[in-house]
Amino acid sequence: MPKITINGQEIEVPPGKTVLEAAQLAGITIPTLCYHKDLSPYGGCRLCMVEVQGARLPMASCTLPASEGMVVQTETPKLADSRRTVLKLLLSAYYDRGDNANDGRENELIHWAKFYGVDIEKASLKAPRYEINADPNPFIYIDMNKCILCGRCVRACAEVQGRFVWGISERGFESKVVAGLDEPMLEARCESCGACVAYCPTGALENKLSIGMGKADEIVQTICPYCGVGCTVDLNVKDGKIIRVTSSPEGAVNGMRLCVKGRYGYDFVHHDERLNKPLVREYLLNGTQRPKGADRGKWVEVDWETALTITARKIAELRDAHGADSIGVLTSAKCTNEENYLMNKFARQVVGTNNIDHCARL
Amino acid sequence: MDDVAEQAKTIFIIGSNTTEQHPVFGTRIRQAVLRRGVKLIVADPRRIDITEFATLHLRLKPGTDIALLNGLMYIILEKGYEDKAFIESRTENFEEFKANVMQYNPELVSEITGVPVTQLYEAAEILGTSKPGAILWAMGITQHVVGVQNVRTCANLQMLLGNIGIPGGGVNPLRGQNNVQGACDMGGLPNVYPAYQQVINEDVRKKFETAWGVPLSPKVGMTVTEMIPAIAEDKIKALYILGENPIMSDPDTNHIRHCLEQLEFMVLQEIFPTETAPYADVLLPGVTFAEKTGTFTNTERRVQLVRQAIPPIGEARHDWEITQEIARRVMEFGQRKADLSAPQAAWNYSSPAEIVAEVAALAPSYAGISLERLDRGERLQWPVKGNDHPGTPILHVGQFTRGKGLFAVTEHIPPVELPDKEYPMLLSTGRVLYHWHGGEMTRRAKGLLEVYSQSLIELNPQDAAQLGLQEAQKVRVSSRRGTIEAEAWVTDRVPPGMVYANFHFPDVPANSLTIAALDPIAKIPEYKVCAVKLELVEA
Repeated sequence: MPKITINGQEIEVPPGKTVLEAAQLAGITIPTLCYHKDLSPYGGCRLCMVEVQGARLPMASCTLPASEGMVVQTETPKLADSRRTVLKLLLSAYYDRGDNANDGRENELIHWAKFYGVDIEKASLKAPRYEINADPNPFIYIDMNKCILCGRCVRACAEVQGRFVWGISERGFESKVVAGLDEPMLEARCESCGACVAYCPTGALENKLSIGMGKADEIVQTICPYCGVGCTVDLNVKDGKIIRVTSSPEGAVNGMRLCVKGRYGYDFVHHDERLNKPLVREYLLNGTQRPKGADRGKWVEVDWETALTITARKIAELRDAHGADSIGVLTSAKCTNEENYLMNKFARQVVGTNNIDHCARL
Repeated sequence: MDDVAEQAKTIFIIGSNTTEQHPVFGTRIRQAVLRRGVKLIVADPRRIDITEFATLHLRLKPGTDIALLNGLMYIILEKGYEDKAFIESRTENFEEFKANVMQYNPELVSEITGVPVTQLYEAAEILGTSKPGAILWAMGITQHVVGVQNVRTCANLQMLLGNIGIPGGGVNPLRGQNNVQGACDMGGLPNVYPAYQQVINEDVRKKFETAWGVPLSPKVGMTVTEMIPAIAEDKIKALYILGENPIMSDPDTNHIRHCLEQLEFMVLQEIFPTETAPYADVLLPGVTFAEKTGTFTNTERRVQLVRQAIPPIGEARHDWEITQEIARRVMEFGQRKADLSAPQAAWNYSSPAEIVAEVAALAPSYAGISLERLDRGERLQWPVKGNDHPGTPILHVGQFTRGKGLFAVTEHIPPVELPDKEYPMLLSTGRVLYHWHGGEMTRRAKGLLEVYSQSLIELNPQDAAQLGLQEAQKVRVSSRRGTIEAEAWVTDRVPPGMVYANFHFPDVPANSLTIAALDPIAKIPEYKVCAVKLELVEA
């Protein structure tokens, strides 16, 4: 394994690693913006420049292969100067109207600008260059005034999702990130997976459903309720409500990946139509016969005890009168293993039938 | 899934719209093609999105999967691509199987399936020369009257190629719901107790009788597709339904409605007043995934921890508590009593963790599962045989569960209802990316409904022209069982003569058209093929 020296520390590096990765292995932080470990190295933002002994000029550590005997410095006054210049240049095309769109994640540009003592107010633009929230995509909020052209969205769409929606058009100061041929995202075949949002370092791309909701009180890691892939989702909870779903590298099957349903299909949880009280048909309370035909009569809200007792009496009566096999139990592919186990035990032990199934076939 | 995405050299998708139905796994397949140059074969009547990444798209006629697979195996044998050592040491019944496959010559297969002979040869060469290869399927294979035979034919192919018990190989059915694997594992099936222990096996039954303290039925029960029709025959009097919506998801809706109307008593435990709620007598508010603790088991048998994030909404209760309360009372009120001193007989759980422990005691493949292990971040795929067992990412390594792998003899049998003069078009049903199953959750998610707000019928441009369809005009689709009206999406995703509908929207109930023709073993309905006719709806 090649040995390199970073800031005087000798490090053994597995073959094929970059200087940036070698530094990370040794616990040395080099500032980055366009770099993300899941994405191919880009070398675009020039923040991760390091000095290499014997090299004429500083080099971008995210694209520089670590090779035997390299001697590297990551924090020198000269490098700090160059980073301040880079940050000022980025801020010179950056405008934040302060509309609280940020979801509580750290804005990486602002973080490094503060770290290197850049006067953000002074360095950034005073008026927007682009219309804010111009794209009708219901999930993704775009404020290109915050875009620093790091290309992480472009690479995330290509290398994580495999959809190639984003690209960079124009040249120089006019350069901008566009969907397809500068068209609405959905027309550019966007699948609204939100990977671009997850990888955006500045909040130029945000989760539209969560704009203005701020930071979560708590993040709870659980499993997506949709298909059988079983992605890990991070529910961002505030005041007892899910305000956002995010992905994290810890996901056993998905890592940072999620689909549109997993990332943005959570608001059904708080929908007005949620059942929140037990309901029984009026005839059950009157002790009368069930109305014949399609309409079973009026719903009446009752307490749990009433609903549970009516249910259990009915099942017990019908079972005792017509036999255990006159009862059917449909359990649920949407419920947990424990709930399904209990439904199986209920059918077989309590009722005495094997009439139990769920929609595995459907 | 990791091994398929990272180690397979060939991926063969047959009857799975992976990028829309298992989107995250779909993205990993796309990346496997882009980054590793995996050869991807997609067999599907529709030009689904993943075909853009395919080396080869075999556009077979619906319901001809066995003919296609047997035809590929004919060529594999003809060219000598089969794994002779694997067949010799790990399988049986090869000669009979071979004799059957040799009836499926490429010309005949091309005629049955509509796939050109040259493509059959190309596909067989890829499968035979780029190994390991994984085969992936979903409901496109199983929702046929020959569903079981389709699956066995997929298994034949993988045994023939020696693609079993190795990373990047295997038979990989992709399961469509978050915990459909777990619901099966937990005995939510009429023929098995938890961990697939057969109800007709006397030793097994005794084990559960001892555990639960009560005599148990030795008779295999009814499937959902039998239970509901049995109401009309007066055999089923009451249903206890947890989080299922038969009005949206079962075949031949009009008949389902007719049956449920006659049901004496239904208790429905749900999160929303679903389309099935009008047929219920009691509605009990359960909770969503975000309000509960427990485990889900994914399509690759990975048992994962579900953590409660928010308290139950309103007076809704945890579903395990509701079932427990009903169970206690039924035992109290009814004549059937269990010996509550038996080890697993009682119903006094105070948390899901106690239920997990009971499952571990009774289901050998879950013996080593505990919430503590999962909470520690351990990644466990069953069988997990004990507390120190690391789980089993790959099945059938070195040996099949039954010992030797059995080659099955499978024959092409056409679907039950094919297009004819009166109903000249073929209907296939399924889901779309933005919605999920009966749509109970996704139709109540604002953004998803905004992107996909109404049901669309996929219709080929040729058929649309023949029909004289104008832009944004509705079509009426009728089968022998029902009629729906919806806007058409004119697209060459579907071949001429075929339409595709989803079953997410109650105002366009695709299942009022579908046929309740069942596979004789799996009792799965033939959702992928029935005959329909199309008319324009006058504006």
